[in-house]
Amino acid sequence: MKKLFSLALSTALALSLVACNNGGEKTPDGSKSNPPAGGSSVSQQQPTGGSDKLITVGVINNDPNESGYRTANDAAMRSTFTEENGYKATFYNNNDASQQIAEAQQMVQNEVDFLLLSPASTTGWDTVLKDAQAAGTQVILFDRMLEADESMYAAAVVSDMPAEGKTAVDWLAAQGLDEYNIIHIQGHMGSDAQLGRTGALDEKVAAEANWNYVTQQTADWDEATARTIVQSAIDSGKPFNVIYAENNGMARGAVAALDAAGITHGKDGDVIVMGFDSDKWAFEAVLEGSWNYMGLCNPLQAPTVDSIIKDLVAGKAPAQKIIYTPEQGFDCDTLTQADVDTYGT
Amino acid sequence: MTTPVKNPETRVKRPDESLFKRLTRQQLFIPVAALVLLVLFNLIADYKFFEVTMKENSLGNPVLSGNIISVLDNASELVILAIGMTLVTASSGGQDISVGATMAIAGSVILRMVCGGQVTADTMQMNLVLAVLIGVVVSALFGAFNGTLVAYFKIQPMVATLIMFTAGRSIAAWINNNQLPIVNDITFKYAGTFLPGIPVPTPIFITALMILVFWLVLKFTNLGLYTQAVGINANSSRLNGLDPKLIKLMTYVILGVCVAVAGFIRVSRSGSINYSRIAENIEMDAILAVALGGNALSGGKFNIYGSILGAYVIQFLTTTLYKYNVPSTALPAYKAVVVILLVVLSAPVVREKLANMKKAPVRAAKGVS
Repeated sequence: MKKLFSLALSTALALSLVACNNGGEKTPDGSKSNPPAGGSSVSQQQPTGGSDKLITVGVINNDPNESGYRTANDAAMRSTFTEENGYKATFYNNNDASQQIAEAQQMVQNEVDFLLLSPASTTGWDTVLKDAQAAGTQVILFDRMLEADESMYAAAVVSDMPAEGKTAVDWLAAQGLDEYNIIHIQGHMGSDAQLGRTGALDEKVAAEANWNYVTQQTADWDEATARTIVQSAIDSGKPFNVIYAENNGMARGAVAALDAAGITHGKDGDVIVMGFDSDKWAFEAVLEGSWNYMGLCNPLQAPTVDSIIKDLVAGKAPAQKIIYTPEQGFDCDTLTQADVDTYGT
Repeated sequence: MTTPVKNPETRVKRPDESLFKRLTRQQLFIPVAALVLLVLFNLIADYKFFEVTMKENSLGNPVLSGNIISVLDNASELVILAIGMTLVTASSGGQDISVGATMAIAGSVILRMVCGGQVTADTMQMNLVLAVLIGVVVSALFGAFNGTLVAYFKIQPMVATLIMFTAGRSIAAWINNNQLPIVNDITFKYAGTFLPGIPVPTPIFITALMILVFWLVLKFTNLGLYTQAVGINANSSRLNGLDPKLIKLMTYVILGVCVAVAGFIRVSRSGSINYSRIAENIEMDAILAVALGGNALSGGKFNIYGSILGAYVIQFLTTTLYKYNVPSTALPAYKAVVVILLVVLSAPVVREKLANMKKAPVRAAKGVS
């Protein structure tokens, strides 16, 4: 199906190229993408291509059903990169990095102008990035970083995951508990979000004598698994007073286990509950005082990416290569209804 | 351990056979042995594993809490799936790999009904029983779809169900317009958590009820016999007046019903759904439960209680691994090692060999004394 679709797309593209150009030989490398001489000559594209030509973009994202965060993120991408907005976009969603890489390679072969990437894992992208550079496809990262030299991509509009982790850990340290016995529920191992959020906490636990892990497990962003992990800690009689879940869904699973065992949590409770992302229901849980903290991870990079692409096409390189979306932490003492309405998705 | 489907070999007691050999011939030997091993390991390592305490949950209800309760509770979905999977395996000689995806569909349908199309529902918009029934019907229809492909179009079960395996979660998301519905009504969560005043988790009751229903069905109807007959030889069962296609289709529909019940328990636990993560990889655990129960994955004779035990063994293992804080990244590897051991041990060749090996030393010991 997808193959058929992309085949149809590329056929349509080829036909339109033939239609609007008179020179037979020059067409393929002249108007479709950059000439082989160099990767920086985007401006040449403009005169040959014509302003009414749609910009082709390939969007590689994670599964929109993975979490509320991703649903909002994917919806924003799809509503931004439309034909009315001057784009011909192909979307691909998968949580498996190897599948993402295969599809990205396909998109590069189809010679899209821009490849927008939210990589499921931070490694393994070298070949794709090199191929993209050779084919003159510009890569823009959104939401998540990957491990590569800055020269390999045109821009990155990402969440600063290590900063998110650090903000959360600093907030936790400011609570001034005598002892931190932490249940740490990790996201999908190897993802940028997991690495950043885990990194800050790992560092702190290693540095401070009164910070301990009761358990540190991955729930793979899954609510049910998170519930089982916390339930198991309760069943084993391990004392704990902090739940650090790397997304909101897992925090909710953890809270379900606490509720079932009659352990109080949130404001004035025995256990501090921390989550991440931007779900409205999670904001409400913090507002009610059922949770203590939520680290905002802004899912709406689409408008920024859009303006960067328009700039690049016009020949303007972005002022900064890596742009971090504005983010902050909210806790149950300071969160207001206005924040919920502004940031909740 | 009475089983309606007795292995004919075990019914004939041969006096010259050692007890061990007779035991290992029992179909239930492997799951029971695995369970005993796990129990022994936990007893020795930390007997507190088996401690069950009475606590009060956040609603003020008295509830039982402990690892054993958690195992019984968390295994519920898997046990219910394993029952249906056993029947499908027996009749069609293949497995349905779409049960996790269909669980997402059933859960999504139930949530959609209960939320009445809204994203969050503070009170249920529809009678819960009706909503679950609709979920059961939808799930049974998907089961019928799979069953039709297998029985009437003679497509290999794994290939036929691959369609729903791939498409199911997207369908589940589409049912709710790609939104993640949340039910805040506490009564919706009764089925997945606790009924007021009852200290045992509700999923345990639902599972017990399902087991009872299947026990009665297998005892008082010919379903078991027909399923086996079709699985062993579809042609000869047709010559004997059975309709193999219809029976295969029926087992897939029954699995569909099981899937709906499991899906309902799962969404009821949290009052929400995550289409891509809900019951992920549960089909593999369900198939493993069937294999652990000593059932041939190629169909034919089956023992439903073996699969049920197998499912509990899997959950017991998972809970044990969590309890001993096995590093998160290594968890699947540990599980794989245990699974390989169990599956190799349950292979008929190995069991035969084991029985013979054991026999020799026993005789030698007798000779010395």
